Amino acid sequence: MSDPQPIIQIRNVSKRFGKVTAVDNVNLDIMAGEFFVLLGPSGCGKTTLLRMIAGFELPTEGQIIIDGVDVSDVPPNKRPVNMVFQSYAVFPHMSVADNVAYGLKIRGVGRGEREDRVREALELVKLGGFEDRMPDQMSGGQRQRVALARSLVMRPKVLLLDEPLSALDAKLRAQMQFELSDLQDQVGITFVTVTHDQDEALSMASRIAVINKGEVAQLAGPSDLYEFPANRFVADFVGSVNIFEGKLTLDEPDKAAVECPGIGKVYLNHGVTGPHGADVWIALRPEKIYLHVPGEGKAVRAAAQDAPDGHNFARGVIKGMSYLGDITLYEIKLDSGEMIRVSRPNLSRHDQEDFTWDDRVSMHWRADSPVVLLS
Amino acid sequence: MAGGTQDWRLYKRPFAAIAGAPLFWLLLFFLVPMAIVWLYSFGENAGPADIAISGTLDNYKRAIEWLYLSIFLKSLAVAALVTLICLIIGFPVAMAITFAAPKWRPWLLLGIMLPFWTNLLIRTYALMTLMGTNGYANKGLNALWDGASWLRTFVGMQPLEAWTPVQLLYNNFAVVLGLVYVHLPFMVLPLYSALDRLDKSLIEASLDLGAGHLRTLMKIVVPLAGPGILAGVMITLIPALGAYLTPDLMGGTESQMIANVIERQFKRANDWPFGAALSFLLIYAMFILIALQSMRRDKGREAH
Repeated sequence: MSDPQPIIQIRNVSKRFGKVTAVDNVNLDIMAGEFFVLLGPSGCGKTTLLRMIAGFELPTEGQIIIDGVDVSDVPPNKRPVNMVFQSYAVFPHMSVADNVAYGLKIRGVGRGEREDRVREALELVKLGGFEDRMPDQMSGGQRQRVALARSLVMRPKVLLLDEPLSALDAKLRAQMQFELSDLQDQVGITFVTVTHDQDEALSMASRIAVINKGEVAQLAGPSDLYEFPANRFVADFVGSVNIFEGKLTLDEPDKAAVECPGIGKVYLNHGVTGPHGADVWIALRPEKIYLHVPGEGKAVRAAAQDAPDGHNFARGVIKGMSYLGDITLYEIKLDSGEMIRVSRPNLSRHDQEDFTWDDRVSMHWRADSPVVLLS
Repeated sequence: MAGGTQDWRLYKRPFAAIAGAPLFWLLLFFLVPMAIVWLYSFGENAGPADIAISGTLDNYKRAIEWLYLSIFLKSLAVAALVTLICLIIGFPVAMAITFAAPKWRPWLLLGIMLPFWTNLLIRTYALMTLMGTNGYANKGLNALWDGASWLRTFVGMQPLEAWTPVQLLYNNFAVVLGLVYVHLPFMVLPLYSALDRLDKSLIEASLDLGAGHLRTLMKIVVPLAGPGILAGVMITLIPALGAYLTPDLMGGTESQMIANVIERQFKRANDWPFGAALSFLLIYAMFILIALQSMRRDKGREAH
């Protein structure tokens, strides 16, 4: 592919239903060939945004430009995009082949080419040989593949997917995540997916727009979104996180410190460019906290040596545990009285026995682990 | 409700107690009288109020004479036309209610059902006051005619001839209009229930794949609403076929339907056996229609 350029440009788009603002002045550029995910809690406006790209809703304000053409007033049947619906919307009175051929017939594709393309599309979604099946003879996962084939056969510029994995069971969902990514690589079509599931978003997306209350809370790649959340909403919505309120006491280009009543002095090995003395929040992921049994004080101090003494260190008592097999999650009551969540990989088969309820433990984290959030 | 603790076979006595009364009612007031009338259809008049059941088929032979068969076929044609018109009017109405904002839907449905709550006789007479030669329909047309006539004189043309009222009542047109008016709710309600159950994303998927609204209607909505359409057709066709009051009040001498003929046999002609034979000819025809419908439904089920 040549230089990536926006295939979809969303310009100042707002959508109001009566008094309710579903989408509030959104600006997004989606690049050709991207796997773009709109992520957010239910009711945040992400589906409305997708439906506006498809043409089922018209923006109250703003423009939607697809491949250089302003389609703001173009009806869905005239747009170069196709959609896979949450309910799949496979036509129940048509065979699989007729479902997939439906759009080609409308476009006037000749019988021979049509049959070739239908077969090709069905093979692409691993449904070769299912041509004559009726939809009610198929499982949910298979019906979804029919819906995928029916859209892909149209060779759209953009494929829109509305919560594509929400109706599948956990195993199938994990498998489809990989398959959708593979499929997107194979066909090279831009995918725009809506989901409320952060795992789904992180595993499939090339870029993610987190939507909150109709606005874009952050636009970033999966790892940036997770490791460098822009605000408390994103930090909390994407993954699990501990958030502590504090005051910025030191802010220099190569170091910063935040005084948190909840967790003590937090030291960072980079600057944050925030106003001195301002209220800020510290976000600390559970897996970035090291757990130690008491008496390992020396080891802890040695491990935390990238921070000045007394920083990035806390003590508490284990109040809750949930063993998840690969990791164990601990709920720890800090000496300040606040709770913190720590996860610990079960590296050895006996490891997890070291920590149990009401044990007193120490914690430390590295100076590049905490994130300072200004909002 | 397959099997489980709710199976009636496990609770025969309570089931009998619950089902007994309606079964008894059905037997005593429906099946027994119907059986008597059915027996009459094989009898002959033995006196002014006495019928001998002789097993004769003469009544049926007479009933399929052209004089009566033609009225029967005409009734069928009228009922079919009424059903078709109801379908053509009812489908868009049902669509409109389905796609109306949720808060409006109950009111629109109420509007469809409201005439149901008024006596048929009152509704029919009300319609007749509109359609008489001196009724409001003719008055309105008269005013339009006069207006057109005045316009012609205004631009210097000859005025139109004096208005002669249109004969709207006491003909086939009146019967069809009256029957459509009465039976429209029967068509709209099953259509609405079928369309309401239709997954709206199927319509969106069709549009998304490039289909226009007309094609989406014909290829997606109509086939999927098929059972509802069939139910609406049957539920309209059967009562329309046996309609009595509307042709009696609004029809002329040439627009009577089979029910009017049957009524005359029982009352004025006092020929109960022949009336019974005509009635059962109508009932047999309805049985055939219902059998055809259920056969179609079974076939539809096998296909899945």
